[in-house]
Amino acid sequence: MSWPGTFKMAECGASGSGSSGDSLDKSITLPPDEIFRNLENAKRFAIDIGGSLTKLAYYSTVQHKVAKVRSFDHSGKDTERDHEPPYEISVQEEITARLHFIKFENTYIEACLDFIKDHLVNTETKVIQATGGGAYKFKDLIEEKLQLKVDKEDVMTCLIKGCNFVLKNIPHEAFVYQKDSDPEFRFQTNHPHIFPYLLVNIGSGVSIVKVETEDRFEWVGGSSIGGGTFWGLGALLTKTKKFDELLHLASRGQHSNVDMLVRDVYGGAHQTLGLSGNLIASSFGKSATADQEFSKEDMAKSLLHMISNDIGQLACLHARLHSLDRVYFGGFFIRGHPVTMRTITYSINFFSKGEVQALFLRHEGYLGAIGAFLKGAEQDNPNQYSWGENYAGSSGLMSTSPELGPAQRARSGTFDLLEMDRLERPLVNLPLLLDPPSYVPDTVDLTDDALARKYWLTCFEEALDGVVKRAVASQPDSVDAAERAEKFRQKYWNKLQTLRQQPFAYGTLTVRSLLDTREHCLNEFNFPDPYSKVKQRENGVALRCFPGVVRSLDTLGWEERQLALVKGLLAGNVFDWGAKAVSDVLESDPYFGFEEAKRKLQERPWLVDSYSKWLQRLKGPPHKCALIFADNSGIDIILGVFPFVRELLLRGTEVILACNSGPALNDVTHSESLIVAERIAGMDPVVHSALREERLLLVQTGSSSPCLDLSRLDKGLAALVRERGADLVVIEGMGRAVHTNYHAALCCESLKLAVIKNAWLAERLGGRLFSVIFKYEVPAE
Amino acid sequence: MLKLVGGGGGQDWACSVAGTSLGGEEAAFEVARPGARGKAGDGSPGWGCAGIPDSEPGAGVLQAGAVGPARGGQGAEEVGESAGGGEERRVRHPQAPALRLLNRKPQGGSGEIKTPENDLQRGRLSRGPRAAPPAPGMGDRSGQPERSAPHSPGAPVGTSAAAVNGLLHNGFHPPPVQPPLICSRGPVGGNDAVPQRLPLLPELQPQPLLPQHDSPAKKCRLRRRMDSGRKNRPPFPWFGMDIGGTLVKLVYFEPKDITAEEEQEEVENLKSIRKYLTSNTAYGKTGIRDVHLELKNLTMCGRKGNLHFIRFPSCAMHRFIQMGSEKNFSSLHTTLCATGGGAFKFEEDFRMIADLQLHKLDELDCLIQGLLYVDSVGFNGKPECYYFENPTNPELCQKKPYCLDNPYPMLLVNMGSGVSILAVYSKDNYKRVTGTSLGGGTFLGLCCLLTGCETFEEALEMAAKGDSTNVDKLVKDIYGGDYERFGLQGSAVASSFGNMMSKEKRDSISKEDLARATLVTITNNIGSIARMCALNENIDRVVFVGNFLRINMVSMKLLAYAMDFWSKGQLKALFLEHEGYFGAVGALLELFKMTDDK
Repeated sequence: MSWPGTFKMAECGASGSGSSGDSLDKSITLPPDEIFRNLENAKRFAIDIGGSLTKLAYYSTVQHKVAKVRSFDHSGKDTERDHEPPYEISVQEEITARLHFIKFENTYIEACLDFIKDHLVNTETKVIQATGGGAYKFKDLIEEKLQLKVDKEDVMTCLIKGCNFVLKNIPHEAFVYQKDSDPEFRFQTNHPHIFPYLLVNIGSGVSIVKVETEDRFEWVGGSSIGGGTFWGLGALLTKTKKFDELLHLASRGQHSNVDMLVRDVYGGAHQTLGLSGNLIASSFGKSATADQEFSKEDMAKSLLHMISNDIGQLACLHARLHSLDRVYFGGFFIRGHPVTMRTITYSINFFSKGEVQALFLRHEGYLGAIGAFLKGAEQDNPNQYSWGENYAGSSGLMSTSPELGPAQRARSGTFDLLEMDRLERPLVNLPLLLDPPSYVPDTVDLTDDALARKYWLTCFEEALDGVVKRAVASQPDSVDAAERAEKFRQKYWNKLQTLRQQPFAYGTLTVRSLLDTREHCLNEFNFPDPYSKVKQRENGVALRCFPGVVRSLDTLGWEERQLALVKGLLAGNVFDWGAKAVSDVLESDPYFGFEEAKRKLQERPWLVDSYSKWLQRLKGPPHKCALIFADNSGIDIILGVFPFVRELLLRGTEVILACNSGPALNDVTHSESLIVAERIAGMDPVVHSALREERLLLVQTGSSSPCLDLSRLDKGLAALVRERGADLVVIEGMGRAVHTNYHAALCCESLKLAVIKNAWLAERLGGRLFSVIFKYEVPAE
Repeated sequence: MLKLVGGGGGQDWACSVAGTSLGGEEAAFEVARPGARGKAGDGSPGWGCAGIPDSEPGAGVLQAGAVGPARGGQGAEEVGESAGGGEERRVRHPQAPALRLLNRKPQGGSGEIKTPENDLQRGRLSRGPRAAPPAPGMGDRSGQPERSAPHSPGAPVGTSAAAVNGLLHNGFHPPPVQPPLICSRGPVGGNDAVPQRLPLLPELQPQPLLPQHDSPAKKCRLRRRMDSGRKNRPPFPWFGMDIGGTLVKLVYFEPKDITAEEEQEEVENLKSIRKYLTSNTAYGKTGIRDVHLELKNLTMCGRKGNLHFIRFPSCAMHRFIQMGSEKNFSSLHTTLCATGGGAFKFEEDFRMIADLQLHKLDELDCLIQGLLYVDSVGFNGKPECYYFENPTNPELCQKKPYCLDNPYPMLLVNMGSGVSILAVYSKDNYKRVTGTSLGGGTFLGLCCLLTGCETFEEALEMAAKGDSTNVDKLVKDIYGGDYERFGLQGSAVASSFGNMMSKEKRDSISKEDLARATLVTITNNIGSIARMCALNENIDRVVFVGNFLRINMVSMKLLAYAMDFWSKGQLKALFLEHEGYFGAVGALLELFKMTDDK
């Protein structure tokens, strides 16, 4: 197929996506960085055209700068000069895969197609997968504008494919809506087994589908009373044309003026009879009269109740018939509208007496587009990968809510985005989790805990300057570093403000999600590893200290040594740039030493102290294999973790050392850990032989987060854990052992240790700054 | 589940359908049940249940009714089982053969039916025909010591204070009393007319009940007599009332076997009520008697007469109560058995304004008992229940009688203003499965808003002329044809009122189309919920009742279609002629029951 737009596109390609807002409808002004990103590399398109919204999906590659570490060639060099770095860092371009989803109102469809046409460089794309009720209406327009053949996909198949995809890949995708809680959203942790479930799609009508496996689903029923009924009947009754306006009316109405309630039929006696007087006996039962006027608001509310209750009732009946207790709701009637989620949830609770759970999806609006995309991409087998929501590129949950102010709506309601990064490696549960379905990584739910939320949001705001500064400093040779850093600041600041307003915007708000969002935003503006230089320097310093530390440890008696090793682990953990208190000290006094850190540590008994139990355990037989999740670069890994590892190895315990796949703060990455281990092996025969004999294995976690989600770990790690029969898990650091996993229950022994480097958190836990957590747990028999 | 009336106790009131010559004409009536023995006798003259032998205290006549007259031992067995299952109202049953014997006995004649009506229309009560057959025991009592003042025939009654005080609670002057007869056998009516009222509920008895000028000893004797009386009829007039959210349903039993003496003793306002109700077909602006539903020549509680079906809007309830007050209804000392939410809502008003104490009854109990009763007595010789043959073929679809002899289990869908769905496993074993607020009230309410109509009749008339496919979005409107992936026909409604999302379409449709769409939407939705309930409860017979179906052939056929189509013929939709009146009938039945309750 010849591509008529090649010339033009080449022209545009040079200027990137940053320009040519002029080809768009004048009425839309798009922040060009935000919408249709990476269109130049877009490879595959899918479109879902609904009654009012269009969802466009495309697959693209994103070029990222990544910091690579590489060992110097040390051959022929026996001694090192003091300030020579232990390895070299080079910034390279890396291409990663990303899924983009954009949702916009149908009115923009032509302008958007023009924009896409003008920016598309890729000429391999020949087909666009299309789904949704409007797909055939716009078929010609799409084919003409994009010169792509429209391939129609079945709506329901797409919807279900999309639903399976988000349920598997996006943590906190599903939530229940609780009317009286604040906030009203309760997110569900990812259930390892998503099937079977009932999907109730409320479009203009209602479809009820039972989904049994990835490919098997069955239409079990439906109803003609759906969103179209609300809209159509609502328009007739209230002369209000727009769906959102109708919902708006409904949210202000009093249905009891229109509906015949139980108390209207029973009078005051309903109480003595144990009936709820507010139950609706007959929808619109009071409007059967000619001599009364009813307000638009009241009628809209009554209509909303009528339809929601009816759908909820049918859903319950179907759930019961098929013995299912999870019902996901989607479709434009729901689409994030709190008022409809509220009425549907009420109805489900009422009719099922609490036995069926009404679940909603954060990305419900994208299901069709995701599914259509997946249909078209089957040859690439996207389901074999794990995908992660990119917080930087995705809009929050409530962006289309009619209850937000009109100003907010105008900005994000018009164009809503979802971006998902393809993770290079599939992620799975840690096999050692005691009960995967009930595992919740995060210790504190900030959506729930308003006090903690306020503190942490402020904390992250206050730390932002420092992060920006560090980001700029990490790229001294870059001319636009300051400009990009400023954009990062804006972006992350805006995210924080969104989260202040809507803590539920990206699922359960946690310290982890705040940290991850920051990492995503940094990456977005090409600051892949702001700490690379710091880490390099610290690793160099620490490596030079390693022989001395090991020597002094070896002089100690066994019992003394065990405590010293643990103290070393903890002291090393003080060196954490992620924690503000420490970064202040490190900025002002770079020679803050390892010994000094030990002195800073709380004396025993520690805040949480099961050291004696641990020591007792060490007197027993060695563990078979220990899985250690390392935290920081430099002193932590080299002077804290490695001596500890060495001791385990000497005891005859195999060690799997798991480090992050990608950079996060000053956390040691897998590639850094390889170099560090290699360097230590050069100095220490124990580590050397263990590496050679594969008794010490270095693996990656699959994560680039300062925290740790044990339900999303690298598949290779999981396999190794199983293969080696790991019977001890060591998790160190605040991010991994306190913010997350503090309550994680494992089916083997575990050691969680951290130094609380945050005064507020320390106080909350009943301690002080630099309080020590040493939590040794043995699963109950 | 509400249980307003305490369980236990037997029901030794009796009912019977007199064999009528009318029935003879219907002898050829087809019995619908597939594979059923088409014994003409089953549904034909002479059937019905007659009085239960007295020696069987606690024999449930309702059961007898449910057994189905002239039904074989099979039916009786089943009833026995179901009664055993129902714990709350355990009853003993008469033996089926005895029943059958009684049933076969022809009673009365057709002349009896017609004459009084004519008489009534002339405003004159003819006593002649009604004198025979005399109710056994009636009139041959010896003097009653409690009787304060014997009335000579023709003496003014009912209005004078003395008369009022002397009145007994049935509105008749106290007959001479003889010690209660313990009859071993005989129609229940044998020892009727003992003026006893609610021995169970003495607090319900208005104070002036007992002659106030009587001596304490006299009162005491009277009470003793009342308490000891075992088999009694409630005083006239006999009403059953179902006060719904939109409509009040009233059934009135008009005794046609009033003896000369009774007639003479009948107080004036009781007589005037009878005359008023039976000689009119419309009351005030909004009250209507459904003459076509009248059950003729019915024996209830040992009395023969006609059961009248009257309805008026619930908003007229206050006027009704006012009227009760003006007509001095309370002087009759009748018990007003009422069910439906309004029984609770208006209870206070009844007491305050009209000095009437309502006996409140659970509406679902009443609904089921009323339905089983009416079905058991039949519709003047015709079956009460029917279905639609060939429901999916509009040309061949037609109404056919259905034999509901063995109704269990059934899914009972009561469509009033709202809808209740019950799973009925036996006469007194049932549960409310669910309900929906999208019912008749919704249809009418929406129609009024959308079309400006004012009455149900108007709304239905419009609906009959309209075309809902202009309003609704069909599957083919979305997919261009059938949605094969899910096996949905192109003509199926995908979105009710879905076309009304578009302004042009809103501007181009007629009121009739809107009325039709509203009717279709509500009906299909009820059908769909009912179908799901039937599946969940594993029941294949769905009985639709309630006033939403009144003069509403469109909905009935739609429901019949929906049940059949979506279940691939597994479900059957059944309908009943007295669609909305069962609650009221059930309430009336409770009146008899409570009189006998100890």
